[in-house]
Amino acid sequence: MSSNQFDLESKRLSIKEPEIRYDKQGDLSDEERVQKAMANFAKDFGSTAAVYLDSCIHCGMCADACHYYVATGDPKYTPIWKLEPFKQAYKREVGPFALIYRLLGLKKKVTAEQLQEWQHLIYDSCTVCGRCSLICPMGIDIASLVAMARNGMFEAGLVPHELHAVAERAEVDGSPLGVTPKLFEERLEWMEDEHEVTINIDEEQADVLAVISSIEIQKYPDAMAATAKILNAARESWTFRTDGFEATNFGMMSGNVEWQKNTSMRIIDAAIKVGAKLVLLPECGHAYMALRWMGANIYGKPLPFKVQHISEYLADSLNSGKLKVKKVDKSVTFHDPCQISRRGGATQAPRDVLKHLCTDYREMPGGGDYNWCCGGGGGVVTILRADKLRYKVFKLKMEQVEATEADTLLSSCSNCRQNFDDCQSHYDWKYTAESLLELVAENLEEANA
Amino acid sequence: MNLLEFARGPALQVAVYIFIIGSLWRLLGILWLQKKRDFSERRNGRKIRGALKVIWNRAFTAPVFREATKHARFMGYTLHIGLFVTVFLFIPHIVFFKGLIGIDWPGLPNNVIFFVGVITVGVGVAILIRRMTHPVLRLISNFDDYFSWLVTLLPVITGLIMPIRFGVRWETLLAIHILSVALLLIWIPFSKLSHAFLLIVSRGTTGAILERRGART
Repeated sequence: MSSNQFDLESKRLSIKEPEIRYDKQGDLSDEERVQKAMANFAKDFGSTAAVYLDSCIHCGMCADACHYYVATGDPKYTPIWKLEPFKQAYKREVGPFALIYRLLGLKKKVTAEQLQEWQHLIYDSCTVCGRCSLICPMGIDIASLVAMARNGMFEAGLVPHELHAVAERAEVDGSPLGVTPKLFEERLEWMEDEHEVTINIDEEQADVLAVISSIEIQKYPDAMAATAKILNAARESWTFRTDGFEATNFGMMSGNVEWQKNTSMRIIDAAIKVGAKLVLLPECGHAYMALRWMGANIYGKPLPFKVQHISEYLADSLNSGKLKVKKVDKSVTFHDPCQISRRGGATQAPRDVLKHLCTDYREMPGGGDYNWCCGGGGGVVTILRADKLRYKVFKLKMEQVEATEADTLLSSCSNCRQNFDDCQSHYDWKYTAESLLELVAENLEEANA
Repeated sequence: MNLLEFARGPALQVAVYIFIIGSLWRLLGILWLQKKRDFSERRNGRKIRGALKVIWNRAFTAPVFREATKHARFMGYTLHIGLFVTVFLFIPHIVFFKGLIGIDWPGLPNNVIFFVGVITVGVGVAILIRRMTHPVLRLISNFDDYFSWLVTLLPVITGLIMPIRFGVRWETLLAIHILSVALLLIWIPFSKLSHAFLLIVSRGTTGAILERRGART
């Protein structure tokens, strides 16, 4: 794939609109696709997934938590319905009464057409935000099941064109947006000059390994300078590494377990090589889920270093007095990235940062852990055919932000930010999401900066 | 052996055996699957606390979702409370349980139970109408949902008919009532009605996972 397939001028980064879509990969027969989808869905089938699939009481409450259903009123967006073929396959093939279901023909075999139809529900209209998991009276974590369904869909070769393209690019080149180590170094040098800041690169030993997302490298490069300013001010021994810089994990988002592992292992290997005590994750939601909560399981044992999101690091450093900031003179609200707050448990960290940074912080109504997702997560922002729906869903977010009447909207996820940028442009909206990290870096007290 | 003897004897006995063995089979069939070890560094250590917290708090929808779910919650609570009262606080049932497990507890007057039973059936009908007309529920519903509805309400309906009789012998009505309970017991392990015990496992599982991450439970 050539780099010109990527539209780097766009408000959000994806490949250019393809002339012909290839939402089906490989030349497997229908029978093989179904077999692979189910085998890989059930590949790591543990009791957790079985409990969830066996426990649904069809109450439909999850629909009321899903931005796609609430925004459209279309029942097909009911979260548990998005798993229907997989639920059907579980009951027929794996569940405790699978034999009865098969013998009596109570559950039909899943078909390739069914899976193709469900591609829209599993990828285009689910950001794996996990809001539905908080409403389920049975406590079913539907988001984790969607992630498993994506594993099956990937192996069956049924991934939306653009998401597969960027995931493949990440696997081949180490970056979903084609950022090579050389390009990364060039961008860092540019930021060093632009911001007059020392950026450590390829140090042999460091306590902190900072990683970054390609979205930041290509679209929000100031984040690299801001990271350097913060770590320099905190007098950390730190480095970026060209052999392990990419934080995004499109293997995870698209459903390829092997690619997910390869991406995570690049960071893990680099961290071990420099003897890092901490891997510092950038403003990227899914990177947090991929390394903070899934990294050790990919590695197969506990990681020999800590993993923190940059907002957690900032909160700790500001709370301990290691960093000091000036207060900003404007009202601020904060959009919680789902994978960091609701799914990741770091909801308090940005609030701690904002306590130090501003005098007028305004919580969104129904914000924090129950926040509406921006609608761009889970790879959805890359899928061009999902645009119309994504814009529609974004209106919920707009209402939530506007209710605060804050001057500034901040977030700590570059993927959310590019979705905000794109939707801002679409609606000519007065808000877009700015970076919490960059605002902290801009307002570091002189002694630290 | 007349119908009542059959219902009280072998029918109920077989139903209880199927209920116990089926429920165990369903639970063990799920739990024997491998439980994957989580190597990530936990933020909070108390998994059990998280499990217990979610087992308790998912009985009460979070405030942010309450408006959207008010109808479902009202009907759900009413049905479950109604079933609890009619099953466990009706004096003849308490006498039956005493014979079975040796202990008893205070009950409610028959007319109160009758009233609660009527409310329960009324709400049950409303639940069915909602399931058949609400776009989301209509889409996601299957045979299990409708048959489980029938099997759940049959014992209540057959119980309510008993004092009215409609000219049928009391013994026959009692036998039908007991047979409807036997049908319910047999159906539970194979259906969504097993949520009666699965909810502890599913809520507990999620609670333990989310608590470990320090995430909202």
